Amino acid sequence: MKLSIPEREIMSPGHLACQGCGAALAMRYVLKSLGKRVIYSVPACCWSVIDGPFPYSSIGVPLFHTAFETAAAVASGIKAGLEIQNDEETRVVAWAGDGGTFDIGLQALSGAAERNDDFIYVCYDNEAYMNTGIQRSSATPWGAWTTTTPVKHFKKERKKNIVEILAAHRIPYIATASIAYPEDLIKKVEKIKTIKGTKFLHIISPCPPGWKSPPELSVKLAKLAVQSKIFPIFEIENGIKYKINIHVKKPVSVKEYLKPQGRFKHLTDQDIEHIQQDADAYYEWLLKQEELSNE
Amino acid sequence: MRSVIMGNHALSYGAKLSRAQVIAAYPITPQTEVVELLSQLCANGDMKAKFIKVESEHSAMAASMGASATGARAFTATSSQGLALMHEVLHWAAGARLPIVMGNINRAFGPPWSIWTEQNDSIAQRDTGWLQIYASSNQEVLDSIIQSYKVAEKISLPIMVILDAFVLSHTYEVVDIPEQSIVDKYLPPLEMEYKLDWKNPHAFGGLTKPDWYYELRYQIEEAQEQAKKLIVDTGKEFKEMFGREYGLVEEYKMDDAEIVLISSSTIASTLHVVIDELREQGKKVGLLRIRVFRPFPSEELRKILKGRKKVAVIDRNISFGHEGAFFTETKAALFNEKDHPPIFGFIAGLGGRDVTPDVLKDIFNIVETTEWPEKDIYWIGVKL
Ligand SMILES: Cc1ncc(C[n+]2csc(CCOP(=O)(O)OP(=O)(O)O)c2C)c(N)n1
Ligand SMILES: [Mg+2]
Repeated sequence: MKLSIPEREIMSPGHLACQGCGAALAMRYVLKSLGKRVIYSVPACCWSVIDGPFPYSSIGVPLFHTAFETAAAVASGIKAGLEIQNDEETRVVAWAGDGGTFDIGLQALSGAAERNDDFIYVCYDNEAYMNTGIQRSSATPWGAWTTTTPVKHFKKERKKNIVEILAAHRIPYIATASIAYPEDLIKKVEKIKTIKGTKFLHIISPCPPGWKSPPELSVKLAKLAVQSKIFPIFEIENGIKYKINIHVKKPVSVKEYLKPQGRFKHLTDQDIEHIQQDADAYYEWLLKQEELSNE
Repeated sequence: MRSVIMGNHALSYGAKLSRAQVIAAYPITPQTEVVELLSQLCANGDMKAKFIKVESEHSAMAASMGASATGARAFTATSSQGLALMHEVLHWAAGARLPIVMGNINRAFGPPWSIWTEQNDSIAQRDTGWLQIYASSNQEVLDSIIQSYKVAEKISLPIMVILDAFVLSHTYEVVDIPEQSIVDKYLPPLEMEYKLDWKNPHAFGGLTKPDWYYELRYQIEEAQEQAKKLIVDTGKEFKEMFGREYGLVEEYKMDDAEIVLISSSTIASTLHVVIDELREQGKKVGLLRIRVFRPFPSEELRKILKGRKKVAVIDRNISFGHEGAFFTETKAALFNEKDHPPIFGFIAGLGGRDVTPDVLKDIFNIVETTEWPEKDIYWIGVKL
């Protein structure tokens, strides 16, 4: 039987991720596809801990730990450094959390995207600042509890749409992915390997301690996020050509996705209805974008 | 080749002759000409380098780090607000032991807005681990860039070459631009022992517990110490090849000097003229220019200042609530000597106020006529 997921393991066990960490799975899959000829730029985030303390490292490829807001700029520098030394082959990855991407690192990311610097930017999105103890980020969804959006004052702002921000830069390739759909994720990384310029990959990555969900449900939650239309799986070429990669034919209700997560347990039926409408509307809008792209 | 060039272009030519391979920079007055000339040189192929037109100074330093970590020679330049914005990543570059060289044009901070010279921007970076060289001529600016790469790459620490806004950055002086082939002999291509290399994968800068962090900091200090001798030695080597020598400090008419005026950058160049004049009047006065501020040449100062009657330090910077930085360091260097001269501290020229020969003569007069400092710090020419 031919496996669609490469058998090779680049990342070692023994890393420091929590049980059920979506970000650890995301890394494992991406590396399986990328292989060893790659260099990572990793800003402050859970992954600055997960990789292992000095002198250990678990990802099996070179990794430059860097300051919180610099993932993209460091990646640009690495790529330029390699190219001027006649190495066009080695791929460069900026690997950052949602805080390092949506918030503090957005300026550097925008700069690199505008220059269309040739690297892969991966945002593993666990929807809060998890490394510092679950504070809200602009990727935290409406309704969620975090330590800075306590229950009575749960987050009242919508999640920032990072993908649309990147699309506005007209970079060659943008995709969303979920750790529950590894084949789709791997296919996307394979495609990214053939594209020059800035590539952006947005991976939904459940976080049991931050989401207050049982570790064994992480993959299931990453699947429900997709099937409830909360986190649609699609790609955008050149900032304008949309393609939904996982069409949700028989959607589950958002309630099913929200219920196992303690961070949403205070929500009323009315609140959940609000989230449902928002998810449906976004999915409708995406379908339209896809339709327009096919015209 | 002798050319008449501005201080900013001396930085650019220094980077070109050093064969900088990646330049990431962001414009700010009074640094813009550095970036403009370099992007032109890269664009027309006169330099084999990648120019990354970053969206901020923070990213300029971050991109320089990325490039340097792959073993490429990286250069950037900035000033004032730009340098302050870089602050976090300046620490990172030094901690990561990356031999980046950068030019900083001293410019005062706002508010109120000012574009004129003052050293508070670079002084505020003194604890980052970067070496700091304060140049006092355009020739020295160019030469210092070349020398800095040689030193930085031996000790794995970044170096800042610093010059005064306008007084040097926009002043045209005759500069000998050396032959590339001779520079190549002085400065061989960079071979980094530890770099980002997919064939030899390592993580750089991962979480380090108290059991090793301390030692890593000790090594930075060792490298700074090592730099003192290296700057002197590579300065001698430089002289053999280019005919000009630079060390940690510059002494002028110091042999029999009883009163020593200490300063840096262009205030020190003006002091040459003042000292000539005072000497004609029979005053036994000399100049000690501190060229390298980090590592601080404490030992040299102790040797040179031994047995002098009086010392005065003129600072174009102020650590609010205290005094000027060169003054603080000078006093600290001498403090444990059993017997040392009185040391006067002066603040002058903040925000680009001209420090004319007359201002410097006023300072000399105060020192000459005052037996022991009567104030912790003297502000010169305050109009209030
Ligand atoms: C300039 C700066 N501000 C704040 C921090 C503290 N900090 C470290 S990681 C982090 C949150 C990271 O959140 P995210 O990017 O979402 O990654 P995650 O921890 O969730 O994996 C914060 C606030 C820092 N390291 N640097
Ligand atoms: Mg996060």
